[in-house]
Amino acid sequence: MNKTLNRRDFIKIMNATTTGVAIVASGITLTTFASVNEIPVTNKKRWGLLIDTNKLTETDIDGMVNACQQEQGWGTETHSTASQKPGWIKKLKVKDKATNKVSNLALMCQHCEEPPCVDVCPTNASMKREDGIVLVDKHLCIGCRYCMMACPYDARSFVHETLNNQKEHMPRGKGTVEACTMCVHKIDKGETPACVESVNSEAVIFGNLYDESSQINQTLKIIQSSQIRSDLNLNTGVRYSGI
Amino acid sequence: MSNIRFEQIEGKSLGFYTLITGLWILILAALGSVYYVEHYGHFVTGMNNRIVWGIPHVFALFLIIAASGALNVASISSVFNKKLYKSLSRLSGLVALSLLAGGLMVLVLDLGRIDRLIVAMTEYNFKSIFAWNIILYNGFFVVVAIYLWMMFERRMDKFSHKVGLVAFSWRLILTTGTGSIFGFLVARQAYDAVIMAPMFIIMSFSFGLASFILILMASYKWTNRPLGNIIVNRLRNLLGVFVAAVMYFVAVYHLGNLYLAENAGIENFILFDGGIYTKLFWYGQIILGGIVPMVLIYHPFTKGDRSMLGLSSVLIIIGGFVQLYVIIIGGQAYPMELFPGKEILEGYGDIAQYLVSLPEIFLGIGGIALAIIIVTFLVKFLAFLPESLEDDLTDSYHKG
Repeated sequence: MNKTLNRRDFIKIMNATTTGVAIVASGITLTTFASVNEIPVTNKKRWGLLIDTNKLTETDIDGMVNACQQEQGWGTETHSTASQKPGWIKKLKVKDKATNKVSNLALMCQHCEEPPCVDVCPTNASMKREDGIVLVDKHLCIGCRYCMMACPYDARSFVHETLNNQKEHMPRGKGTVEACTMCVHKIDKGETPACVESVNSEAVIFGNLYDESSQINQTLKIIQSSQIRSDLNLNTGVRYSGI
Repeated sequence: MSNIRFEQIEGKSLGFYTLITGLWILILAALGSVYYVEHYGHFVTGMNNRIVWGIPHVFALFLIIAASGALNVASISSVFNKKLYKSLSRLSGLVALSLLAGGLMVLVLDLGRIDRLIVAMTEYNFKSIFAWNIILYNGFFVVVAIYLWMMFERRMDKFSHKVGLVAFSWRLILTTGTGSIFGFLVARQAYDAVIMAPMFIIMSFSFGLASFILILMASYKWTNRPLGNIIVNRLRNLLGVFVAAVMYFVAVYHLGNLYLAENAGIENFILFDGGIYTKLFWYGQIILGGIVPMVLIYHPFTKGDRSMLGLSSVLIIIGGFVQLYVIIIGGQAYPMELFPGKEILEGYGDIAQYLVSLPEIFLGIGGIALAIIIVTFLVKFLAFLPESLEDDLTDSYHKG
């Protein structure tokens, strides 16, 4: 059995070793990446926002829009017209026809429990996380825009041009649809969305709607709040008071 | 029936090559437009974040619903056993497939990410009517191809009734699916109506037959083959009934909407104060695409005139485009009702603007060109057209 190692055997051994190392290494890498998210995404949580239009000033809303743009990097498109530029969050002025009361509010993706955009998306690019955050998978989006037709809140935008200098946490892409992510990259690190951080009052409260000890849950129990287009029974994650 | 002789067309004339060249130029222009839009981005089109489906969708949906309607002629023959139509069945199947191919080309090339077509074919959300439609459209190709095989292969003729029944059911489901793309959009006042599905079916009958008649008359005229009055008059009468039915459904749809207070806004917009959309609705869809063709079809002075039937078909097609424009673009232009009982002063609530761009128009016309070029090529290489459809022959089929 005193066999010397010939070239063929050498290649076989090297191949086996390389494959083995690759399998083990990829397993280690996957485990490492998986451990980045220390807070698991489960349906035990439902992230939401409560916007009090009586406390929210126009300056607050401008600040929210700016903070969102800074955080996510939209709005710097150079070729798109005003109606083509993405808008993840809008400032709205609404007047009650009977009382003439004017309310200012910020309108973004309402993170519905039953999102029409998710229902209609042919490729599952529109999806809802277990914790209620509605997102677009940029790798699956084919740019058919059916979700934009279906969204009752005009919350989604289409990227009309090539983009540069994007944020690392938010890879946006020409020809795909995007919308407010509720700053999911921050939430997963235990932080609050950028728009909420920008408001210095309690006009916007962020938190877990299911957590009885959270401020949002406590406040929603004692004040009158509403969902936009509540008649559609979408059970939105974003709630408003004062309108 | 055995004496129908199907023959290829010669396809060697100057006219034939001119037609093919012209169509190729249009298809190349469409592909050039797609490259231009893809290279620069959709900001070069007229679409925006409010009007997300522009004129290419108008072309695509017209072609898709006309495709399913064009198959009716074959269905009448094999499903309802009307022998007169048997001579037209092959062409009917061919026109159906060609129109669908043209429509799908436009639909696919208008996507934001054309390069991800493979994603659309491998990732299905079965809750999405859009995903269902992808299956229905692809299935239509298969079903109609088998149907054509049954018609071409004498030994298979005995199955053509059953396959015809499948094809007929498939096309009804397909148009129901296309109508439901709009009918199930609860957010928008212009759409959210179950009647959209049957309305799209009847629209398909009308637009499909009008397209079929034009292709039939053109191919017989340009190849100097006899086309008798019996068959033309049958098709004319059928077309008249379909146009009337479309107008009936449009009336029911709008009257039904008017009855519901929540839809008063959109109805006012389309019917009375919607500017270009109101004009298109009344002058384009109703008068030009409905009333005038009806008069041309039924008036004693124009009834027997074949060029008037051609004109009616052209008007029905133009009216059909206008109808889809009003539905698709007008329906998006009108803002969604975000705050019932409230008026939006700023930020949303205006009528969205849309200016059609040249690349979008070229893409749409390219879809029509593709449909016509497929028909033109295939009638040259396969025996789709009967050598003669003169009255003596068709009369005997009819009686036989």
